[in-house]
Amino acid sequence: MIAELTTNERQTALVILLALAVTGLAMAIAGQGDPFGVHGALVMVVAIAGVFTVISGYYAPEPSDSRLDSYYDTPTKFGIVVAMIWAVIAMFVGDWVAWLLAYPNLTFDAAWSSFGRLRPVHTSGVIFGFGGNALIATSFYVMQRTSRARLPDQLSPWFVLLGYNLFCIVAATGYLMGVTQSKEYAEPEWYADIWLVIVWVAYFVLYLRTLARRKEPHIYVANWYYLAFILVVAMLHIVNNLAVPISWGSAKSYSLFSGVQDAMTEWWYGHNAVAFFLTSGFLGMLYYYMPKRAGRPIYSYRMSIISFWGITFFYMWAGSHHLHYTALPQWVQSLGMTFSVMLLIPSWVSAGNALMTLNGAWNKVRDDAVLRFMMVAAVFYGLTTFEGSFMAIRPVNSLSHYTDWTVGHVHAGALGWVAMITFGAIYASVPWLWKRETMYSPRLVEVHFWLALAGTVIYVFAMWNSGIIQGLMWRTYNESGTLAYSFVDSLVAMHPYYIARAVGGVFFLLGTAIGLYNIWMTIRTAPRAASELAADRPVLAGAPALQAGE
Amino acid sequence: MAKEERDPHTGYLTTGHEWNGIIELNTPVPRIIYFFLGAAFLFSVVYWILMPTWPLGTTYTKGLLDSDQRAYVDNTIKQAALQRADWTARIEKENYADIQKDPRLMEVVRETGRALFGDNCAACHGREAQGGKGFPNLTTQSWLWGGTPDAIAETIRVGINSAHPETRTSQMPAFGHDGMLKSNEIDNVVAFVRSLSNPSTKDLPAAKVAAGKTLFAANCAACHGEDAKGNSEVGAPNLTDPFWIYGGDAQTIETTVWGGRQGHMPTWESRLSALDRKILALYIVGLRKPNP
Repeated sequence: MIAELTTNERQTALVILLALAVTGLAMAIAGQGDPFGVHGALVMVVAIAGVFTVISGYYAPEPSDSRLDSYYDTPTKFGIVVAMIWAVIAMFVGDWVAWLLAYPNLTFDAAWSSFGRLRPVHTSGVIFGFGGNALIATSFYVMQRTSRARLPDQLSPWFVLLGYNLFCIVAATGYLMGVTQSKEYAEPEWYADIWLVIVWVAYFVLYLRTLARRKEPHIYVANWYYLAFILVVAMLHIVNNLAVPISWGSAKSYSLFSGVQDAMTEWWYGHNAVAFFLTSGFLGMLYYYMPKRAGRPIYSYRMSIISFWGITFFYMWAGSHHLHYTALPQWVQSLGMTFSVMLLIPSWVSAGNALMTLNGAWNKVRDDAVLRFMMVAAVFYGLTTFEGSFMAIRPVNSLSHYTDWTVGHVHAGALGWVAMITFGAIYASVPWLWKRETMYSPRLVEVHFWLALAGTVIYVFAMWNSGIIQGLMWRTYNESGTLAYSFVDSLVAMHPYYIARAVGGVFFLLGTAIGLYNIWMTIRTAPRAASELAADRPVLAGAPALQAGE
Repeated sequence: MAKEERDPHTGYLTTGHEWNGIIELNTPVPRIIYFFLGAAFLFSVVYWILMPTWPLGTTYTKGLLDSDQRAYVDNTIKQAALQRADWTARIEKENYADIQKDPRLMEVVRETGRALFGDNCAACHGREAQGGKGFPNLTTQSWLWGGTPDAIAETIRVGINSAHPETRTSQMPAFGHDGMLKSNEIDNVVAFVRSLSNPSTKDLPAAKVAAGKTLFAANCAACHGEDAKGNSEVGAPNLTDPFWIYGGDAQTIETTVWGGRQGHMPTWESRLSALDRKILALYIVGLRKPNP
């Protein structure tokens, strides 16, 4: 890795790492006796380890100029493996907390193992650790190829990826120590948030620099989506995390907003995180890997335009549907509801465009589990967006709100759409990246597919049942006109579904672990001949740019 | 120039662009999509006209239906209270004995009390009111502070060792810990106490039980009574029945005598209405089973 950096980049890396080490030291001193200090020490140790890594490779010969003749894929490879490791860890924690809900005594009376601390480890682990790494890794791959340009330098992608993972680790370890802002999906405290802003701006700049170097006259759809993801997530993250730390030596901070304004800011963030992190980014992924794998043209460029701008415009208004029947003024709720309903159309246009793209390649869907992952992802995307718009309608929401139906909805999206498209994209790119004929075992890909599908279906059906039963029990009145059930009664009714959900989670986790094993074994097998790969490279600066359509 | 080609499978032209082997068709947007976009927009416009939606500086469009969710909730709650008024008024007014005689009112008590108990009491006393270690079983004939509906309602209102100014207060001293009884004396008291509820206990030496009886009279009878049947004035449990809050085995009784006990029950006066507390008291009386 260090051997791939130029001397100049190695020096810059050293400067960054030393600055990081000094920051970590300052944090450790200022935050003695506080989790802030523990994180300072962690940052310092990581940075010093980085310094040693750079020094140990410092005198390796510089990479030759011939590197510019190929795409820079080492960060993508790293990102994919790390994403899969995060997936296994975070899904394991997810299933753990699923069992914890069925059997609450499993905390063993320790603070770190309580549901409230483990749950964000699961959510941040899958969304940011798994999803985020997969998005960054595939975006590097896709933007280089669809721009026919190599990444502008070797250091920035590493800064983005490693810096991002440092954020993820600080977040997850913080939760276990009880560090949280108590904002769902935005739990990390102020110092982790500031670090993520730095990393994210570097990511944005890197993306723009690569696009600026492109040799294609047009920007491909996948890049629109990836860019929307990067740009909007930056905006959401900054606004929602505006906070004042109680001191420079403490992890604790207070939000700039309070009361219902805070709730609205949080759900404006939360819903758009679903939109621009979990939808736009992964649509970018779908738009590259699906046509590539299917060998079919995108069904309709015009539908791409409609859905992209529809999704981008409508999502921004929809967040208030998370706060139906709360202290939020009614007009904000009903406005959010109407935009949520309109949002369904561009969402389905996207899903339809993806599925129509498979026309002429359905035989491949039948035979190829990798493409089938992507197909099922598009189907679940359609199902989940329909369900989402439906649940945003106020009377429906009065039944579904606060129940497991919401949890089922989220997992239909997270397991069925986000994870499936990611597995498809990863299985497609691993042989390409490591120059292999196929995955180590296509049979294991098949096994993973069916485990993932079965796990998702079990999970989602369990939560639908549980959620609707729960919602109905909460609103059932007896003949005297008082509530028929106590809350505990609804817990008893949910118990079997909680067990089913945890079993579904085991299926899904098992599939992911098999996937990681399969990827690892693919990396360990021998590469194929170089001559076949001659076409997979950028256009050099000196060469004439391709005309459109060539 | 972009070179547009016809896709043989769909028959549509491509846009003429290509990225890393990916091409796009220039398929026109199907009519039905415009139709649904229009329909969704139309639905929204109608909703905007009818309901409060758009902000206007310091106010917002109120909508033709004049819908106000706060007023709606207030109204619904009032309506519901009105529908219940026939029986709520009676339970509030009538005394316990009269209510217990009315099967229709008692049906309401059972229906409503069940959910009230589940939401407020079950966390400690258990779903079936069977109690648990440290939390009394409410289905027995044995009551710390009295088992009449009145006494139960009062316990619910003020709690036990709670923050309420009129709380029921009870504390069993730590006889061993505070040096009031020596270790062998505690052994004797424990033997005596065990013999009370379980006369068939054969392994208890008569001498120990007799010594324990003397110690009991001197130290324990003030609260638990000469006959050890307890005193609901001070919340002292009856030691002669088979029901135990913390446990009736030698080990647990010894722990109790050594370290004392001070149970807690919260006050519900500010959380539950007088009506709800009355329903709960009646409901709990109804759970009682005859002595085994």
